[in-house]
Amino acid sequence: MTPETEEELAEVIASTKEPLRITGGGTRPIGQSDGTPLSTAKMKGITLYEPGALTIVAKAGTPVADIEEALAKENQRLAFEPMDHRPLLGTKGKPTIGGVVAANVSGPRRISVGACRDFMLGVRLVDGNGSIIKNGGRVMKNVTGYDLVKLMSGAYGTLGVLTEVSLKVLPDVAAYGMLTLDGLDDATAVAAMSAALSSPYEVTGVAHDPQTGKTMFRLEGFEASVTYRADALTKHLAKFGTVAATFDAKSIKATWAAIRDVTSFAAEDGDVWRLSVKPSDAPGLVTKLGARAVQYDWGGGLIWALTDGGDLRAKLGDFAGHATLIRGTANAPVFQPEPAPLAAITAGLRAKFDPRGILNPGMMT
Amino acid sequence: MEMPVPSQSVLSRKDYIVERLRAVLPTEAVISDASETRAYECDALTAYKCPPLCAVLPSSTAEVSAVLKICHELDVPVVPRGSGTSLAGGALPTADSVILGVAKMNQVIETNYDDRYIKVQTGRTNLSVTGAVETNGFFYAPDPSSQLACAIAGNIAMNSGGAHCLKYGVTTNNLMGVTMVMMDGTVVEIGGAYLDAGGLDLLGLICGSEGQLGVVTEATLRILHKPEGARPVLMGYDSSEVAGQVVTDIIKAGVLPVAIEFMDRPCIEATEAFAKAGYPMCEALLIVEVEGSEAEIDYQLDLIMKIAASHDPVELRQAQDADEAGRIWLGRKSAFGAMGQINDYMCLDGTIPVSSLPFVLKRIGEMSKEFGLDVGNVFHAGDGNMHPLILFDANKPGDLELCEEFGAEILKLCVEVGGCLTGEHGVGIEKRDLMHVQYDPADLEAQMAIKDVFDPKWLLNAAKVFPLDTSETRRAA
Repeated sequence: MTPETEEELAEVIASTKEPLRITGGGTRPIGQSDGTPLSTAKMKGITLYEPGALTIVAKAGTPVADIEEALAKENQRLAFEPMDHRPLLGTKGKPTIGGVVAANVSGPRRISVGACRDFMLGVRLVDGNGSIIKNGGRVMKNVTGYDLVKLMSGAYGTLGVLTEVSLKVLPDVAAYGMLTLDGLDDATAVAAMSAALSSPYEVTGVAHDPQTGKTMFRLEGFEASVTYRADALTKHLAKFGTVAATFDAKSIKATWAAIRDVTSFAAEDGDVWRLSVKPSDAPGLVTKLGARAVQYDWGGGLIWALTDGGDLRAKLGDFAGHATLIRGTANAPVFQPEPAPLAAITAGLRAKFDPRGILNPGMMT
Repeated sequence: MEMPVPSQSVLSRKDYIVERLRAVLPTEAVISDASETRAYECDALTAYKCPPLCAVLPSSTAEVSAVLKICHELDVPVVPRGSGTSLAGGALPTADSVILGVAKMNQVIETNYDDRYIKVQTGRTNLSVTGAVETNGFFYAPDPSSQLACAIAGNIAMNSGGAHCLKYGVTTNNLMGVTMVMMDGTVVEIGGAYLDAGGLDLLGLICGSEGQLGVVTEATLRILHKPEGARPVLMGYDSSEVAGQVVTDIIKAGVLPVAIEFMDRPCIEATEAFAKAGYPMCEALLIVEVEGSEAEIDYQLDLIMKIAASHDPVELRQAQDADEAGRIWLGRKSAFGAMGQINDYMCLDGTIPVSSLPFVLKRIGEMSKEFGLDVGNVFHAGDGNMHPLILFDANKPGDLELCEEFGAEILKLCVEVGGCLTGEHGVGIEKRDLMHVQYDPADLEAQMAIKDVFDPKWLLNAAKVFPLDTSETRRAA
């Protein structure tokens, strides 16, 4: 089913008797269960774009590429740089903005500017009763009533099917710089990344790849600023080793797109886990994982792990954070199980928004 | 403004309720004497007052849990309170309610510079969070203008903003985790020292829920290293349309200032008379501040000055040193006090799309004449968060009501142009009865359904946010 309007979607949901599997472009089938496919792909189009107000509003099925193209014309961008899951998951199709929001998809810049949910200004959705609901709006600051905008971001459609989203956008940048340290062990690399993030030099990406031994720091802004910060940060990081610098925008963009999309795991077999952790815990946790390969992003706060299968959470025991099985067949819940009181709240919210249990019923449980 | 009729059943059981609370708290932490409960009769929205049944000042999460468990068992309404600086009446009691103040819970639990967070008890004031980390060069970004007094608990309840949101975001963008006590006494931990708490974004839901879903007792907050420097520039224009265009042009040029503040003529006149900051007399004054190293500041300000100059300013002044920067900010920071010297005032915080600025200011000017009340505008222009200050005389019969009516018209206008009722103060009781202007019944039903999950008996701050007739059946159940 591919409704073309919000009203049509509301009718579909109100009248359906079977579980629905909600998709946008179908490029991120993370933890989805069976059900009649319901796609938002035909509800598309940018409904409002005000560059001077840093605001864009689009129907949920709008391809991310269309949004990025419109923004690029005005020299603006989605600052949270949503990951493209296609290489890693081997999916085809066009990622949609609704899918990005539903899965709260962010990239390396999350560490400096925030996640997708931090850029969300408003939503429209149809809940499991078939009711059309709106929350938030199109302005930067809005505390009118409860923040369902955040609640819906990352809810994977389990509380409602998004029909329209409003987002804050930011100016694109004129210049790029990248510093690289070579050959650091994981613990030292995380210490170096923390040192950069605890400095005033505004790094917008901090990643470490143990396979290549490279620890990478991205700087963005206008040229004079990037040059100045590259120099200052080089001095700041000198105690960790020799710092190499590059200012080639094209190669820097390509490097960070690869980090964002975890393309180094794309051609490899095996399960892929995504862990959000306290950065200084990361090296210790990685030693417990026994993974074939890992990638550190967010200064160590985000670990990507490639494993040969099995329940990775069992190896970790209790830890501060959460793990998601992004790809693979491990006999383990895809999403991190919640402690009982939180699981009760989640179940309560789902019972209110989707009393018949028809919206992606198997997800996030 | 109406409040629900207090429950006779609760009022008649006051002695028993107080006795039960005394059994789980130290003697001095339960305040029930009428002469002392008066200290909790209102917050910063002083037009409305009502002493609570009693007030409790717990010192730990466990004590908060014990209090809530008793109130839940006895069906006693609870109104959480941080420092009582709400401009929206978020901490206004009802006569049958227990005020639960977190002021005693003000300790720093942990600071971690490597992982860039601080964990505090939520009674701690906003400014003293920064105070705890600034010797190490760090700060906590959200900076509501009441930051000297306001508590983190209230910041979380209202999702408070501040002058520097354009770059750093508001409370919800800087909150990593909470310890929260539910109305039945259950303690939950959400998020922590890592990014993006797992599961549904309950952290995002709780932030800004005005103390209706639970009492947040501890918070993990993101801290940042301070920028190397900051410098403001001041510019004056003959019309608000032109000033609005300057704001748009600066943003479109790709510069992201940390603050863009706007003041109109009535506000400039008032602050000049009060603070003598040396502002030009004009229709619209902008203060734009940028951050970074000296070289970065020079570059950005050069760009901004060029844009500003191309719009024919009546004045354009860049701060050359800290002294001059201080003078540029002096008037803005004294604006509320200056208006308060003239008369009583009501401060609104409706938010509008930046593009609607000239139209909205023009309409407010016209309405000011219709209502016969003066109004000054001072606000965060970069994010469209207005702060119209309506002047009235509290001693003149009918003036408050007239002022409220005028305020409601301004807020309706904000919604009409695509904005919202409140950008950073919260709904409380002040904007409660206007919620239907922004939201349809289904929208409000969805929000109330959330409260049903967290607080099925509707005991927590229940007379706020939702229009009383809309929430009536739930509150009565």
